[in-house]
Amino acid sequence: MTDKQRENLKNRIAVVAAWGVALIFFFPIFWMVLTSFKTEGQAIAVPPLLVFEPTLENYIEIQERTNYVKFAWNSVITSFGGTAVALLIAIPSAYAMAFNPTHRTKDILMWMLSTKMLPAVGVLMPIYFLAQKAGLFDTKLVLVIIYAMVNLPIVMLILFNYFREIPKEILEASRMDGTSTYNEIRQIVMPLAWGGIASTALLSIILCWNEAFWSIVLTTTEASTLTAFVASFQAPEGLFWAKVSAVSTLACAPIVIFGWLAQKQLVQGLTFGAVK
Amino acid sequence: MNRTLVRLLQAPSIILLLLWMIVPLSMTLYFSTIRYNLLYPEREGFIGLENYRFFWTDAAFFPALMNTLVLVGSVLIITVVLGLAISVLIDRPFRGRGIVRVMLISPFFIMPTVSALVWKNMMMDPTTGLFAAMWNAMGWQPIEWLQDMPLFSIILMVSWQWTPFAILIFMTSLQSQDQEQKEAATLDGAGFWSQFYNLTLPHMARPISIVILIQMIFHLSIFAEIFVTTSGGPGVQSTNLTYLIYIQSQQAFDVGVASAGGVFAIILANIVAIFLIRAVGKTLTV
Amino acid sequence: MKTLKKTALGIALGLSTALVANAGELTIATVNNGHMIEMQKLTPEFEKANPGITVKWVTLDEGTLRSRVTTDITTKGGQFDIMTIGMYEAPIWGSRGWLESLAFSDAYDVDDILPAMRGGLSHDGNLYAAPFYGESSMIMYRKDLLDAAGMTMPDNPTWGHVQDAAAAMTDKDNGVYGICLRGKPGWGDNMAFLSTMANSFGAKWFNDDWTPDLDSPAWNHAVNFYVDLLNNYGPPGSSGNSFNEILALINEGKCGMWIDATIAASFVSDPAQSKVADDIAFAQSPVAVTNRGANWLWAWSLAIPAGTKQKDDAVKFLEWATSKDYIELVAATNGWGSVPTGTRASTYANANFTAAAKFADAELKAIMSANPANSTQDETPYVGVQFAAIPEFQAIGTAVGQQMTAALAGDISVEEALANAQTAADREMKKGGYYK
Repeated sequence: MTDKQRENLKNRIAVVAAWGVALIFFFPIFWMVLTSFKTEGQAIAVPPLLVFEPTLENYIEIQERTNYVKFAWNSVITSFGGTAVALLIAIPSAYAMAFNPTHRTKDILMWMLSTKMLPAVGVLMPIYFLAQKAGLFDTKLVLVIIYAMVNLPIVMLILFNYFREIPKEILEASRMDGTSTYNEIRQIVMPLAWGGIASTALLSIILCWNEAFWSIVLTTTEASTLTAFVASFQAPEGLFWAKVSAVSTLACAPIVIFGWLAQKQLVQGLTFGAVK
Repeated sequence: MNRTLVRLLQAPSIILLLLWMIVPLSMTLYFSTIRYNLLYPEREGFIGLENYRFFWTDAAFFPALMNTLVLVGSVLIITVVLGLAISVLIDRPFRGRGIVRVMLISPFFIMPTVSALVWKNMMMDPTTGLFAAMWNAMGWQPIEWLQDMPLFSIILMVSWQWTPFAILIFMTSLQSQDQEQKEAATLDGAGFWSQFYNLTLPHMARPISIVILIQMIFHLSIFAEIFVTTSGGPGVQSTNLTYLIYIQSQQAFDVGVASAGGVFAIILANIVAIFLIRAVGKTLTV
Repeated sequence: MKTLKKTALGIALGLSTALVANAGELTIATVNNGHMIEMQKLTPEFEKANPGITVKWVTLDEGTLRSRVTTDITTKGGQFDIMTIGMYEAPIWGSRGWLESLAFSDAYDVDDILPAMRGGLSHDGNLYAAPFYGESSMIMYRKDLLDAAGMTMPDNPTWGHVQDAAAAMTDKDNGVYGICLRGKPGWGDNMAFLSTMANSFGAKWFNDDWTPDLDSPAWNHAVNFYVDLLNNYGPPGSSGNSFNEILALINEGKCGMWIDATIAASFVSDPAQSKVADDIAFAQSPVAVTNRGANWLWAWSLAIPAGTKQKDDAVKFLEWATSKDYIELVAATNGWGSVPTGTRASTYANANFTAAAKFADAELKAIMSANPANSTQDETPYVGVQFAAIPEFQAIGTAVGQQMTAALAGDISVEEALANAQTAADREMKKGGYYK
């Protein structure tokens, strides 16, 4: 076997391994989606059924019982809104920290992260009272604010990481040309770190999307998100695994599709090899 | 860039987070020193450290502390190692890489309660679950996952959910690795491991420490997976600090004790953070 | 102190906008069980009969709902006009003055509501919640398996007989387990069942001086019996099983017997989800030394938070949803087999219903025999069959439940588990100020 053949074989094994790992990771989700097309009786069959006559009855019942579109829309608004606010605040800050680090930068970042250390259930009453006094119960605004603040430290830290990967030489070159800070961020940092910003945004959106504590405690009917939609189908008295699978498939479908569309962006931009 | 501008750019995030921290934190500190049970509105008054003493002297406190640390530690190790291995594996372009990427990230899209339901009832149930069917097919006795290894089962579920997070960060960071350097190393005859150790790992130091720090925060307060699957049992084998706080906050409705528990959680998180920063934090600003 | 708390909050924000609900719009929080979902679907009928009132639903799972409504009512959040609560909350909240005391028109016929239900939802003679559907617990068993084993099930079996029957039906090689019981920790999970079992063994939660009684011989006897029974004749992984897990097992034909909520009867005898629908028969909960408290009592009920601005509209809805007419409306829509049960004597007097629901007799008998005010062999200071209606009970029940699971999993002995449970309960009671 020549080196080239050996290299080829190695590559092939790597591809097979990648697919194998991906399938294992994806399997529980595949199983959930599959279960969503079963009847409740089929869903508990022993041994579990792989082949069965699919039914749409779970989806039909969900359609009859709840207003999926409203929940989904609230989820979109609150998670994209919260993320946008967090990014807006974080991008300039992370930029300043990444390109002008001082001996305190690390401490500031760590302190920011430490604001997340209080578990939500421990801080329930303070936030609840604040929302109550401010008259923000059951509004999308309160969720946007909370999501932005809760995710801000994480967004900061991840952006900081990606910005640090941009070679300083590029910025220095542009500064010689007298570019303003605003243009520097907009025309150089943002495009170069686009993949990083995209994956940060995606992460933040997912975290907001799946946030199930505040979105349930602070909303009733107008602003409830998909987590409340899932909660309304979860653990009733009676079999529910097929229905909750369908609900959950619906609840994560938009974000999976979004992730699929975004995945190309995720790895674009951060290729500085040629510039160096 | 002048220092005023640097400060100005940093100011909004720092000020907002300061407010976000100080207001709830001071309220929590205040609540933790008063008698404050939602179900007994007439009972009030300053009681010093009584709430702390009550939380601390719970027989479940130390087991819960240990479980919290084991949970955080194991999940961190599993997710970082797996995440690194997988993102290196999918670093090079190949057919269907886009699909593979989305499949690998997708567990992160599932809400924790749902993931716990799927794992508990459809995968791990010793009679109706898929694993039981697989074990039976092999002629083995099915494992009673949640009864015999409750904490491990929860570690498994959480790792499944969070490895994608590590993959997402790592695969983006790997893209910025200097390819010329790697090619040069290959020409010099450096093998995969030598390249990984000398080039990739140093390049990934910062992303790794960031993944560790962020995940730590989330794993210290794991709740849904425990609540749905084991309710902290058998005994207190899968009870963590957050679960203890939940019992005081949402079952006893004792805001005072729950706040004291919250303060313990902050202290623990800070201790863990100090250790982690010692270990990995210095790579942050490098 | 209280004013200080309030001022601190006020200053912290400098804002105080009161939340005003829209007139004519009722927001109702409810649990996601089948009967409530049906009520939701029938709401347009109510709106048609009461122009000007619209209804908005917040449907959640039991655990989430309980946290949510408790937080709301204790902080005067005012987010709900009607709350769905259980028999545990009603007397506690009623005694605190958080709920409107209910008075109904003659047409509503409040005397038709089963006395056990009325008693459990009242405090000091005032009714604080209207039962929407009620349940007790009973045995559901596989008549075919029992026949094959040459045994019968009396209507009022003893625990000894249940053990024999479980042994006779167990066939582990074919994956059939004689008995399935709840094991997942929680005051509403394993402890709901274990409390009734302990009651019939002569045990009780608290002594007259409010000290916990978990270290008594009666508890020891009961828990040992429970652990042995499940270890010998129960399915694997019992410590994770609660209502739905066992329902799945029995519907797949894996259990010989199950002792649980009477509402389960309608699921296990439904051919659409149960493979053994035709083979299930019913009997009363087993008894050891006393029949007091051997079966539980629960009612999901509708209550109105005190001080709501829409009391009149809320009362209208309450009357509609818990009336005889509503039951007939469900019957006309979905058949008599689907009506909410366990609340009204008239339902069980209806021949259409008893013909459609073969569990009707057993359910009525179980409900009639439960008495929350007198559910233990000895006198106790508390009300409740499978719980004690005091604020501390949820936390105590969950901590004790965890210990019972540890004994069931074989991690510690029953004696150790009960000693730990006693310590945990004692701590909460001391903190609650019941004794020093």
